Amino acid sequence: MTNQNQTPASKMPEVETVPTAWQRFKDTHIWNSFIKDRVAQISLTIFMGYVIMALFAPVIAPFDPYDPTQMDIMNSELPPSWDEEMGEEQFWLGTDAQGRDLWSTILYGTRISLTIGICAVLLQATIGIIVGLIAGYRGGRVDSILMRFADVQLSFSTMMVAIVVLAIFQASFGTELYQDLAMVMLILVIGIAEWPQYARTIRASVLAEKKKEYIDAARVMGLGQIRIMFRHILPNTLSPILVISTVQVANAIISEASLSFLGLGMPVSQPSLGSLISSGFEYIFSGAWWITVIPGVVLVVLVLVMNLLGDWLRDVLNPKLYKG
Amino acid sequence: MTDQNTMKTTETDQIQVSESLVQIRGLYKKFNISGDFLDQLKFKGGKIVREQEFVHAINGVDLDIKKGEALCVVGESGCGKSTVARTVMGLLTPSAGTISYRGERIDDLDDKQLLSYRKKMQMIFQNPYASLNPRMTIAQTLEEPVTVHNPDWTARQVRDKVHEAMFSVGIDPSWGERFAHEFSGGQRQRISIARALAVDPEFIVADEPISALDVSIQAQVLNLLMDAQEKRNLTYLFITHDLSVVEHFGTRVAVMYLGSLCELAATKTLFAKPRHPYTQALMSAIPRLEDDRPQHIKLQGEVPTPVNLPSGCVFHGRCPYANERCKQEIPQLITTDEGGQVACHGVAEGRI
Amino acid sequence: MPLLEVRNLEVSFGLRSGDVKALRNVNFTLDRGERLGLVGESGAGKSVLGFSILNLISKPGRISDGQILFEGKDLADMSPEELRNIRGNRISMIFQDPMMTLNPVLTIGQQMVECLQAHRNISNENARTIAVQKLQQVQIPSPETRIDQYPHELSGGMRQRVVIAIGLLMDPDIIIADEPTTALDVTIQAEIMELMVELCERNNVALILITHDLGVVSQVTQKAIVMYAGRIIEQGPTREIINDAQHPYTQGLMNALPQMAIPGQRLNQIRGSMPSLQKIPTGCAFNPRCDYLRDACTKQLPGYTVSGNCKVACHMVAELKQAEQAPHEA
Repeated sequence: MTNQNQTPASKMPEVETVPTAWQRFKDTHIWNSFIKDRVAQISLTIFMGYVIMALFAPVIAPFDPYDPTQMDIMNSELPPSWDEEMGEEQFWLGTDAQGRDLWSTILYGTRISLTIGICAVLLQATIGIIVGLIAGYRGGRVDSILMRFADVQLSFSTMMVAIVVLAIFQASFGTELYQDLAMVMLILVIGIAEWPQYARTIRASVLAEKKKEYIDAARVMGLGQIRIMFRHILPNTLSPILVISTVQVANAIISEASLSFLGLGMPVSQPSLGSLISSGFEYIFSGAWWITVIPGVVLVVLVLVMNLLGDWLRDVLNPKLYKG
Repeated sequence: MTDQNTMKTTETDQIQVSESLVQIRGLYKKFNISGDFLDQLKFKGGKIVREQEFVHAINGVDLDIKKGEALCVVGESGCGKSTVARTVMGLLTPSAGTISYRGERIDDLDDKQLLSYRKKMQMIFQNPYASLNPRMTIAQTLEEPVTVHNPDWTARQVRDKVHEAMFSVGIDPSWGERFAHEFSGGQRQRISIARALAVDPEFIVADEPISALDVSIQAQVLNLLMDAQEKRNLTYLFITHDLSVVEHFGTRVAVMYLGSLCELAATKTLFAKPRHPYTQALMSAIPRLEDDRPQHIKLQGEVPTPVNLPSGCVFHGRCPYANERCKQEIPQLITTDEGGQVACHGVAEGRI
Repeated sequence: MPLLEVRNLEVSFGLRSGDVKALRNVNFTLDRGERLGLVGESGAGKSVLGFSILNLISKPGRISDGQILFEGKDLADMSPEELRNIRGNRISMIFQDPMMTLNPVLTIGQQMVECLQAHRNISNENARTIAVQKLQQVQIPSPETRIDQYPHELSGGMRQRVVIAIGLLMDPDIIIADEPTTALDVTIQAEIMELMVELCERNNVALILITHDLGVVSQVTQKAIVMYAGRIIEQGPTREIINDAQHPYTQGLMNALPQMAIPGQRLNQIRGSMPSLQKIPTGCAFNPRCDYLRDACTKQLPGYTVSGNCKVACHMVAELKQAEQAPHEA
């Protein structure tokens, strides 16, 4: 036979051509469980719908809720357009107390809520990942100090920290300045209050990855600690990061809504979903239920969908349940 | 038979085994297993005392690894053989003792100072399923050490070097775009070897590189390691529990038991005439294909825990020849008539 | 009538990509007190065979053809009640990892007593006496105190002894041991193997030893089966196979052992690796790795040729035998 030309390829014939990234993705466990899981498909579709709503709010919205010239106090508290007695064709979800189109306001509110949620989680993740990586990789005293710090942070509830910080800020710098900086403040407060969630999860998976031989191999190669942490360990801890991120974004949106509801969040001139719910609350007994209920439903569906996605991801990425 | 013997002697003559590449002197390694400071505090006799417990993994090991040889370290699980390998590679810092490479101390260097040694010393790991980063392609895995050690090389030079390393272990360079999980255990182990060879090392520590592989694949990988040794004039520190591999592969053998060296000899000498009672027991336990193997030597009891080491010779509790002296005095390595070294009072006194 | 007879067994796994046959056309018999070795590399199907004898194949696997006759009765026809009576009682199984058998939160005694009471109507005291007796049989020192310990308090070797004692509890007719010593050190392995041979001989128990280690098979068993890619490729008396292997794969496997080579020389390696079950080559599954390749090997599944007391699945057996004898004559 052609034994003399022992090229490596002829020795191991079972590996064929290199698959493309898309073929590889189609072979993955994630894709396979996604095409089987109806709940995940619906959740992702709805979530993408929200993202599109948020991204293209200025295009979709018939009115600009931030433009006072488009508001007419005469139009205030109009019910949704399907109410034949009072509803008007141009405001299909009705209007709020200032006469703003509710649909447009919800679109912009979703945009604000999602922005705050995602940015706050990015901040949490950045702090948490750095702290978790260092604590897990260095171990020893560094680990103890950083983790005790995280424990202290965790022992204050997010809401308590947020309320205290935001209330002090509002009181000392005045409502004017506060309204200008509300979004940044919310992101900072929610971001800083919840980083230990990430730090703990990352640390746990770093401890597991650190024991594997490829980390020893990287050390033997002479790679620096920072490179090992970010190039070798971090990519292998992405699964748990992804799982908690979905849940954390949902949590951050809820926190923002709660703070806005308590009057510590977004100002009425730039309402998020939370402040919209809050502003409608005063009118709920005068019959204007839609100002509160419709943004409420929008918020609940968003959070529910994110949690369902998170659950699905957790099941898919859990190595204990993984059978492949 | 005579044919074989003459062949072997000429072979050993060719390898000049004189110059030490790596020197291990008085190596101790203990691991603290008593946890945090708070866990160490115990309440005893009305007082709070701080108590620490240690696993004594290595207890005073002296070894010279000579240029061009394959020094095999054998022993059962928990004997400290892997700890020796990891300490030599600087993955662990010794509790006491020194490690020198070509006469320069390397155990007290920091990461930066070690970098130039990392190029010369490489390691191959036991588990081919854990030793490759699952999120990196094969090409990325192999290119990384080359770029780290040759920062001024162009991308093309790096790629050529990697291709050369891949060819030398029999893997196709076109597989570079794939991830580790797409390969079988034997192929992954080849990739690990390629990673070690890519920086042109002169010394390789192999920590049980074939024990996770199937028999037919073991032979492939062992042959590959021998080819590499011949072509590149490599020196190996080969850690294994399998004595039949040692007989085939090793130039010299070091037998370890409970963190101490019991016997050190040229492979042929050791297999022809094992002196230490533990070596004898270990060798009699190899499952042989032949029908007429001698009855295996049964040891009494079990390996003691390395937390509370036995006094005297660590093997005395299980040794059929142990006497009072063995229980009290730690035996030192002595040179035997055959040229090997044994740490045993029985051999020293001529009892065994 | 043999104690156990496996006829034409086929086990399939239903995967996304279609049915995969993990075992094909497996035939063998086992007599009372006989020790049989199942040898093969990972993926050869030796563990699947062990599990299918107890009808323990879990989904998506199933026995898709053939029969497993225990004392002449097909296991497939048995009620779950009868099957339970056979599992653990008449046929017991020992795994590679003792912790698969031992429950970490129960003492050894509790587990042994529970096991005894599941199969027999017996008082606590009697069960404990039997348990101590079995622990004594597997040479565990001071069994009366050991019996009240938890599995984690024992060393690996001791745990495997306890598992063997549990396997022996019901005085079974067959013990299936799946790589029982792979996780243990060589000295312990030798002791445990010796113990198993002794116990099997004393109690007239048949043993099916699943292992990848030809040395162990050679030391322990009387009959051996070599498997490759889900098929038996050679079976016969152990000594005959070890001393005079017929199939090129068996020969290759043996020659690949370091103890068969001249020290310092290259080992005789088999090139390539075992095919995955989804991609078994047509014809003889071993053909891409075989040195004696002929046209027939890639086209036709080789049947079994009888050679001496062995059965070999290879087209080339006769030719190889001739070639082997020729140089001796010359």
